[in-house]
Amino acid sequence: MLTRFLKSREAILTGVLLALLALIAIRAPEFVAPGNLANVLNDSAPLIILALGQMAVIVTRCIDLSVAANLALCGMVAAMLNAALPGVPIIAILLLVVVLGAALGSINGLLVWKLDIPPIVVTLGTMTIFRGVIFLISKGQWVNAHEMSAVFKAFPRAQILGLPVLTWCAILTAGAFLLLISRTPLGRAFFATGGNPRAAVYAGINTGRTQFAAFTLSGALAGLTGYLWVSRYAVAYVDIASGFELDVVAACVIGGVSIAGGIGSVGGAVLGALFLGTIKNALPVVNISPFWQMAISGSAILIAVAFNARANRRQGRVILKSAEHAA
Amino acid sequence: MTDTAATERHIPDRLSRPGVRLLRSWEALLLIVAVLIFTANSFASPYFLDAWNLSDATFNFTEKAMIGFAMALLIVSGEIDLSVAAIIALASTAMGAAVQAGAGTPELLAIGLGVGLLCGTFNAVFVTVLGLPSIVVTIGTMSLFRGLSSIVLGDQAYGGYPADFAWFGQGYVWWVFSVELVLFALLAVGFGALLHLTNFGRAVYAIGNNQTAALFSGIRVRRVKFLLFLMTGLMSGLAAICLTSRLGSTRPTIALGWELEVVTMVVLGGVNILGGSGTIPGVVIAAFVMGLVTFGLGLLNVPGIVMQVFIGLLLIGVIALPRLWSRIGARRR
Amino acid sequence: MTAQQAPLADAAMPQPLLALEDVTKTFPGVVALDGVRLELHAGEVTALVGENGAGKSTLVKVLTGIYQPDGGRILLDGRPVAFRTAHHAAAAGITAIHQETVLFDDLTVAENIFIGHAPRTRFGLIDIGAMQARARELLDGIGARIDPAARLRDLGIASKHLVAIARALSIDARVVIMDEPTAALSHKEIAELYELVEQLKAQGKAILFISHKFDEVFRISDRFTVFRDGQFIAEGRTADVTEDDLVRLMVGRAVDQIFPKRPAAIGDPILTVAGYSHPTEFEDIGFSLRRGEILGFYGLVGAGRSEVMQALFGITRPAKGAVRIDGKVRVIRSPAEAIAQGIVYVPEDRGSQGAIIGLPIFQNVTLPSLARTSRHGFLRLAREFALTREYTGRLDLRAAALDQDVGTLSGGNQQKVVIAKWLATRPKVIILDEPTKGIDIGSKAAVHAFMSELAGQGLSVIMVSSEIPEVLGMSDRVIVMREGRIVAELEGEELTPETLVRHAAGISEAAG
Repeated sequence: MLTRFLKSREAILTGVLLALLALIAIRAPEFVAPGNLANVLNDSAPLIILALGQMAVIVTRCIDLSVAANLALCGMVAAMLNAALPGVPIIAILLLVVVLGAALGSINGLLVWKLDIPPIVVTLGTMTIFRGVIFLISKGQWVNAHEMSAVFKAFPRAQILGLPVLTWCAILTAGAFLLLISRTPLGRAFFATGGNPRAAVYAGINTGRTQFAAFTLSGALAGLTGYLWVSRYAVAYVDIASGFELDVVAACVIGGVSIAGGIGSVGGAVLGALFLGTIKNALPVVNISPFWQMAISGSAILIAVAFNARANRRQGRVILKSAEHAA
Repeated sequence: MTDTAATERHIPDRLSRPGVRLLRSWEALLLIVAVLIFTANSFASPYFLDAWNLSDATFNFTEKAMIGFAMALLIVSGEIDLSVAAIIALASTAMGAAVQAGAGTPELLAIGLGVGLLCGTFNAVFVTVLGLPSIVVTIGTMSLFRGLSSIVLGDQAYGGYPADFAWFGQGYVWWVFSVELVLFALLAVGFGALLHLTNFGRAVYAIGNNQTAALFSGIRVRRVKFLLFLMTGLMSGLAAICLTSRLGSTRPTIALGWELEVVTMVVLGGVNILGGSGTIPGVVIAAFVMGLVTFGLGLLNVPGIVMQVFIGLLLIGVIALPRLWSRIGARRR
Repeated sequence: MTAQQAPLADAAMPQPLLALEDVTKTFPGVVALDGVRLELHAGEVTALVGENGAGKSTLVKVLTGIYQPDGGRILLDGRPVAFRTAHHAAAAGITAIHQETVLFDDLTVAENIFIGHAPRTRFGLIDIGAMQARARELLDGIGARIDPAARLRDLGIASKHLVAIARALSIDARVVIMDEPTAALSHKEIAELYELVEQLKAQGKAILFISHKFDEVFRISDRFTVFRDGQFIAEGRTADVTEDDLVRLMVGRAVDQIFPKRPAAIGDPILTVAGYSHPTEFEDIGFSLRRGEILGFYGLVGAGRSEVMQALFGITRPAKGAVRIDGKVRVIRSPAEAIAQGIVYVPEDRGSQGAIIGLPIFQNVTLPSLARTSRHGFLRLAREFALTREYTGRLDLRAAALDQDVGTLSGGNQQKVVIAKWLATRPKVIILDEPTKGIDIGSKAAVHAFMSELAGQGLSVIMVSSEIPEVLGMSDRVIVMREGRIVAELEGEELTPETLVRHAAGISEAAG
């Protein structure tokens, strides 16, 4: 069991992450203080949540580039609702954004499932449509901190057992995903659909419906993150989280999720997100311009994908019996 | 048993006259759409039917279409390049930096095209030599190229381009025909000829339809794909020159989101996103359609972000509607 | 069960557990099952015997709900049933070990076995403990020492096959279908599989056993059914027939009627291969091909014949060995180089490797010959049409026009387009891999006649085929391969169906 872990992607990523922290600690020891690490975790929470949803989508051989726009739209709806009706309880807002996000995600899923349109085209399209819709409903106006109720803004910051609710959301999502992925038929169907669609049909799995489920799940998580984002930063406007979908995909790719489908793990996605979150937080601390961040995530994607391809190179068919036994 | 040697049945070369086929094509439908939009625009705004206004409208698509032509070939071959807008940003930043160092127009041209070519090579190596999926590679290089640009540029802007450099984006060859429009026309003819009239173009279609069968037929698949990525990079470099020249400055947000518009243009032009089919004339008409929509909405004071909604709907709609149509047709039968 | 010398259709026979009546399945251009019948009885093993293309795999897919038949009935306990998905078939108690392992490389062994029907806990979650325990039971039951928690990717082919068997047994089935279950197994594992089959019989399950290996069929089956070209040919008790009887029923038709092989003048060797080896696929392949000769390559599926041919065509690289063309040593690194050297390969998998179905006929035909039809890299359509007309005409292609998409043609006509494509390159050596697999009789005859004509004109042909009549009818000489090696080279009098089958399956001479 231990040797298997040591050889796994998660072990390598953990090693890389620790090395990165050590490197940062040399120049800025205060960065690795527990309090600051908790901050890094909290800052990475939205990325962790979205990366998990994205992982489910990518594992089924799809991709969801609309998550950031979905997040922004749900966030705007939550903010406008709060500004208009401050009395609506947080639980209702949470429910609303999750349902709305899931509905937006299911649009992607339906187009992929029922009309067989390539996921990249669908989500490139819905990405711009969602952004446009934000503009239409908000008329391009910002919802600012003073328009939001105190409860609305306080929720993600509330401390439970020493950690903010935002962090807890990421932890709970990761926990739920662990169960979903390894302990439910749907979770297994994600992997079967992406790993070998033909064999999935042989096993009686409806691959299109499985992809639809993945998109809906990713959308629901984007909706949830939308509220958390808007309330944490206490502002909502058309362009929040612009380009964040790339960070999300990057976190997955770095976490060893194969874009060809069928391969990925909760640990990998979380570690990938933490890796990017750590870099983002560390750059100012070690006096590197934050403008470096984008280039670094780009390079990380390229290195990770090249590395994944090498690790997953499949073997050919073996005909010679002697060769198989020798191998 | 059939007598094989003696009786040779006559099989005609073509099923229907080329004209008939043309009438039923996607391009014809698109052309009708373009005419309708044109008519609608001319009724909606009194300023539309003016030679100079129309000429201005072409700037909405000329630079994107330059990349679109190369992207069309790339998508027909079954690959994609999402880094094109980032290449523009990097090439423009490099030109801006060169201007600060005192470079003249010839150097700027070389730098713009050179950076484009270099970026294209970078993508090509990852996809064809290392055999990685182009969509992930170019999402990565999209971050990398724009990241490099933002490292150099920060939140500053470059300006001060030489006066004669402005010719590419602001000059006119004759009357209302801008340099960019002429370049667009020449490239349309060039890429159209390359895709439709040469062995290379035939190989592109073969690869996009069935890569294995193409390889088995002696097509050098990797070489063809390598060249396509180079071309896309080069065209992005050219677009960077035109755009930078037209704007007269390089800002961090230059060409932001253009990869989406280029892909939309290509798909709207009838190129199958999964590869294997599509034409350059289709992309040309799609460029005009998108230009007209943007310009018309602009005359009606519709903000840019709402135009994006139209473009997104257009992208999904043009793919979804034919599929929906055939599905309904199949159910009726 | 005592051996009861029953006539073929005994009225006193108990009702079959599963019966197929007049089942038909057609695909565009080919009738895969043409009104076949089949009966499976509780507590008995029925062997389904037939050549490649006889319709056995299609039958398995019909029985497991992957394909829906176009006609006929499936009766379970005498009642008609329909399986719309794999789930329905499994729920009805039909399970299959498929020929190709349809498993998931990145899931664990236990997950592979139980995907779709995993044991659940009270909360509806998959019970991993129970799943692994039951997986271990199932694997132990078939004598496989495989860790249920291991990732499938890390297993060898034989182990994967055992997992597939365990998966089939994990469904509480009444009917177990085994499609070539021993193809990838060692002797010891095969012995354990036989034991398992006996156990399943004792439990009253009906077993359909599909195999090319006659010793297996005789060792294990109680009854047999023979299919040929998608049609039902015969059934009966295995004890009542001999190996020779079965071979005759399988091969059937009078061999010399269909195959118009004309004697051709055979010249000097044009292609010589020596010591050709690949790390995992074939070893020490040596043969020579002479001008005007048709050289047959016979063997069971997976014997490594296609792999040798693909190496000759530059798709894979062999580790060792020399290829001489016209006496000169040549190294071929890509299909483009092979074509330049005059060697062409018509692949077995027409849909994915041969025809480009989205492109018109003429563009398919001229693809490898564009250098000849074009000028300075520019296409010349008139020349392309002329070249296409020349070669498709000789093959008696049936099409509405030469700019029709290949995908709209029947299988036989698609194959003619593919062969025309290769002939248009004017090769010295043409390698045909299963040239008539899955095409109709008429197209087959056209392809055979044309092969003969080509050989007569001095072209050398290598024909990889698993169809005995085709091999016997067309070849001047036959090389038999088994497990990646050449096991026999047969000519003249030695060329009989029996010798081919014996060498390919590894049956000793004494057995006959």
